[in-house]
Amino acid sequence: MNIMIVGVGGQGTLLASRILGNTVINEGFDVKVSEVHGMSQRGGSVVTYVKFGDKVFSPVIDKGEADIILAFEMLEAYRAMPFLKKGGKMIVNNQKINPMPVIIGATEYPENIGDKLRENIDLTEVEALEIAKEAGNSKAVNVVLIGVMAKNTDIAYEKWVETIKTTVPEKFLDVNLKAFEMGYNL
Amino acid sequence: MKKLLLGNAAVARGAYEAGVRVCSSYPGTPSTEITEEIVKFDKEEVYAEWAPNEKVAAEVAIGASIGGARAMSCMKHVGLNVMADPVFTVSYTGVNGGLVFCVADDPGMHSSQNEQDSRHYAKASKIAMLEPSDSEECKEFTRKAFDLSEEYDTPVFIRLSTRVSHSQSLVELKDRENKEITPYEKNIPKFVMMPAMAKARHVVVEERIEKLKALAETDAFNKTEINDTKIGVITSGIAYMYAKEALGDKVSYLKLGMVYPLPEKLIKDFSEKFDKVYVIEELDPVIEDHCKAIGVDVIGKEKFTLLGEYTPSMIKKVVLNEDAPECAELQENIPIRPPVMCAGCPHRGTFYVLKKLGLVVSGDIGCYTLGAVAPLQSVDTTICMGASVSAAHGMAKARGAEFNKKLVSVIGDSTFMHSGITGLVDIVYNKGNNTVIILDNSITGMTGHQDNPTTGMTIRKEPTKQVDLIALCKAVGIDHITVADPFDVKNFEKVVKEEVNREEPSVIIAQRPCALLKSVKYTGHCTITDKCKKCKMCMKLGCPAISADGDGVKIDLNQCNGCGLCINVCPFDAISKEEN
Repeated sequence: MNIMIVGVGGQGTLLASRILGNTVINEGFDVKVSEVHGMSQRGGSVVTYVKFGDKVFSPVIDKGEADIILAFEMLEAYRAMPFLKKGGKMIVNNQKINPMPVIIGATEYPENIGDKLRENIDLTEVEALEIAKEAGNSKAVNVVLIGVMAKNTDIAYEKWVETIKTTVPEKFLDVNLKAFEMGYNL
Repeated sequence: MKKLLLGNAAVARGAYEAGVRVCSSYPGTPSTEITEEIVKFDKEEVYAEWAPNEKVAAEVAIGASIGGARAMSCMKHVGLNVMADPVFTVSYTGVNGGLVFCVADDPGMHSSQNEQDSRHYAKASKIAMLEPSDSEECKEFTRKAFDLSEEYDTPVFIRLSTRVSHSQSLVELKDRENKEITPYEKNIPKFVMMPAMAKARHVVVEERIEKLKALAETDAFNKTEINDTKIGVITSGIAYMYAKEALGDKVSYLKLGMVYPLPEKLIKDFSEKFDKVYVIEELDPVIEDHCKAIGVDVIGKEKFTLLGEYTPSMIKKVVLNEDAPECAELQENIPIRPPVMCAGCPHRGTFYVLKKLGLVVSGDIGCYTLGAVAPLQSVDTTICMGASVSAAHGMAKARGAEFNKKLVSVIGDSTFMHSGITGLVDIVYNKGNNTVIILDNSITGMTGHQDNPTTGMTIRKEPTKQVDLIALCKAVGIDHITVADPFDVKNFEKVVKEEVNREEPSVIIAQRPCALLKSVKYTGHCTITDKCKKCKMCMKLGCPAISADGDGVKIDLNQCNGCGLCINVCPFDAISKEEN
């Protein structure tokens, strides 16, 4: 199973990939989680990969190989589209964050990304930012999306909750558990 | 017990299990987390520190080794350049306690200024180099590297790359070896490298390499997997994982865990079994050149690339001529999303002023390298750690006094301590007249908030003496030192104008902490009011929260952290602060 998490640096993709990785390891799979650190984290496109199965070799995912793409932002979802496997599923937070070339007017943010994605692939759009705010913290977007994705796997609800409890700092635990539940029950 | 560990964390674990006692490093992506993980072990068991630069770090580790402890130093590839001097000579002295240098290369340049292949250093310095492919190997190779170091009386390199360092995979944890510190005995012929002694030690180095070559012929680190007799693949590191993913059991493998010295007989015996042999290695043709030099016909860089990272699909295409799976390609060009300075970044104020004044900016390595990115595009040059100061001195000597009035250096606090200070000494000593701006954001930012000699905290967050930048610059001979807040743009502009026009060297300390520090508590957010004349001055800041809205401007409340810099640059007082 190949899962790709894409977003903008600062959106919490790293925590999402760690929750995912630590949940599947408890299911007895071989796992690889590839992360991004350093300069790319500063508001740039970030991509992390979570791969699990009987044996995983490469930690990265090539074009046409992702079973699920979890996208934290619309443009990044669109950028990642070619990585989705035929018959794969994309879950996207419908938030838009302008990249610097758009901010300075050098180019425009593509229109109707949702429609373009739907024409090509199986898409679930989520208002994750609104849900995260409702759960108590706009930063919990990552856990909302993990919740939506969790529903699409065979792994039991409680297993996810267990990992969140061991991965998320105590102080933010209640908000994150609520965010996960809201995402899961969408 | 099995645990999911980052490659870097696994290196730390391997060192811990080997009984490492001292670790000194300077942070650098993708190596930083090794030392950050070492710190998590009991301080009674392992001493760890951030050194001011990699040369110092390596020397601390060398000293610890001579003192009888197992010691290590970790750095990114360009950090190895900084520490190269002691490394080449400690190859001659050998060790007392096991000594390991972990160097992390960055193929694809995810967070680096060049794409150098550090395997060349192993050959040049005649030091054994191991290259793991996943976290389990990171741990085991590091553990074994200490034994190897002591057995062969040599420092040992562990070579990592970004994808190994920054991928998590499963690791079997073991207990820490109870490794006693070895006695210290004065040994001038071994540890004092002056010509007479060094000549004798060089003989030892050459003998040692022969012994290590014999080890390379065994299966200690180099493994053969025979599947099919048509195609053989010689590979190492992350490229082995890509090859396994792409080619599976359709080919046979010689996986080299030791990349220096390389085996001869093992390669020849393996290669003669196959119709075709490919060498699959990222960056330079190190293994390939070795194969060709010993007369083994291999296919390598002519079918692959010297640039960037390999992928399984690239390998599948070259070796099996199989195409990647079908996918939904994009039918249009979409905007790229380059990294940007964060909302609230203190450097934004500095570069806004430098750009406004039209100055030539000699830049350096850190988050503030992003001052070269649109719309600020203020930075003119970035070469290496510390070059902002010394290169500006050279530029001024080349182009003269008038040009110098349009020239400044910018360098972060940590980078200044790393190697900026020597450039400043050069300016003063050689009657230079430069203006150096130290961007003091109270932390090492780019690599993820490490303490440094100017923060007053050790790696374990214990309070320590803080380097006083003002006193330091004064002691060097700088008479004009001004501390200014880069968010007070009017005053900052005034200060910069004054200092570049001064007929003496000067230092400006641009002081404002990194917006991501927990101690920085910006609140609320900024909004555009109806006083806005649509001049778009605020958009020149390149703040990720401010963007065009028709012919006007809007502030994205989810991005804005209320730092208020835009309020300070608005000429019409048209931006106000609202509390949440």
